Amino acid sequence: MRRLLIACLLGLSLVGAARAAIDTYQFKDEVERERFRSLTEELRCPKCQNQNIADSNAPIATDLRREIYRMLEEGRSDREIVDFLVMRYGDFVMYKPPLDSRTWLLWYGPFGLLGLGAIALCVLVLRRRKVEKAPERVALSAAEHERLNALLKETRDTQD
Amino acid sequence: MKRLILLLPLALFLGVAVFLYRGLFLNPQELPSALIDKPLPAFSLSDLKNEQRLVTEKDLEGPALVNVWATWCPTCKAEHQMLNRLAQAGVIIHGVNYKDDGEAARKWLKDYLDPYQVNIADPKGSLGINLGVYGAPETFLIDAQGIIRHKYVGAIDERVWREELAPRYQALLEDGQ
Repeated sequence: MRRLLIACLLGLSLVGAARAAIDTYQFKDEVERERFRSLTEELRCPKCQNQNIADSNAPIATDLRREIYRMLEEGRSDREIVDFLVMRYGDFVMYKPPLDSRTWLLWYGPFGLLGLGAIALCVLVLRRRKVEKAPERVALSAAEHERLNALLKETRDTQD
Repeated sequence: MKRLILLLPLALFLGVAVFLYRGLFLNPQELPSALIDKPLPAFSLSDLKNEQRLVTEKDLEGPALVNVWATWCPTCKAEHQMLNRLAQAGVIIHGVNYKDDGEAARKWLKDYLDPYQVNIADPKGSLGINLGVYGAPETFLIDAQGIIRHKYVGAIDERVWREELAPRYQALLEDGQ
């Protein structure tokens, strides 16, 4: 048990080393380090498509990290850096797609579906309430009562 | 009317099914280039064959193919024979030697023939980033004004040339006349 624990801890410490090995940049201050981290995490690697630029080991991701670092050093804003990459690699590099005519369905579709669901629910509830409030309309006449009884008796007989 | 409403879920299902079925046959590796219909990015890099000479975007005469290649890229080697054949047939091809060693690249051109008119050395990949290159080989089609008209990612073979590039190249040639 103890051995297993030690092995696990060792493994975990290796994970830390592997992740830390990616970043070898010197930052002016913590704010800049934080900006670099958030930018590389929210931008997508064009080559290995399910990884962000921070995680990927593809050569292009290394280059893009270097470019982002260079632009940070030049004092460019986050917006400018994202625009720089979008101009070259398209909207694809953003994990958060922009809101425009091609993506409104993506952004508002779920709310639309929620709205449809709410409308359907309202209609169902209102209908049921209408039925409950109007019991006299479902009351049977004497003749209908008799027929119902006859039918019930018939089914009971056939069941026995 | 009421009956029709009952069919609504089926219609929705069919709509979603068609949408997803189409998605099965799309290639997620294929990215639309953000540079289509934009001019070639400005650059000033040395000529691969003559490192003293600086090449800029104005030296790339179009209509032409601009092929991003490297000696470390096995697919480029597979593509190279096709490029040689195209060059022999009179297609103008320019090269961007992307993140490569100049010596190795010159040796490659000597060993496997040189289909390129102008070959730009881009050892740092700076032009590559401005072109939105994310791997090699990638091929851009530029018109006579140096505007990027099309981009193909991957090796050019007979089929790609015939179906995707040749008609566009031909159209650009006819436009120029």
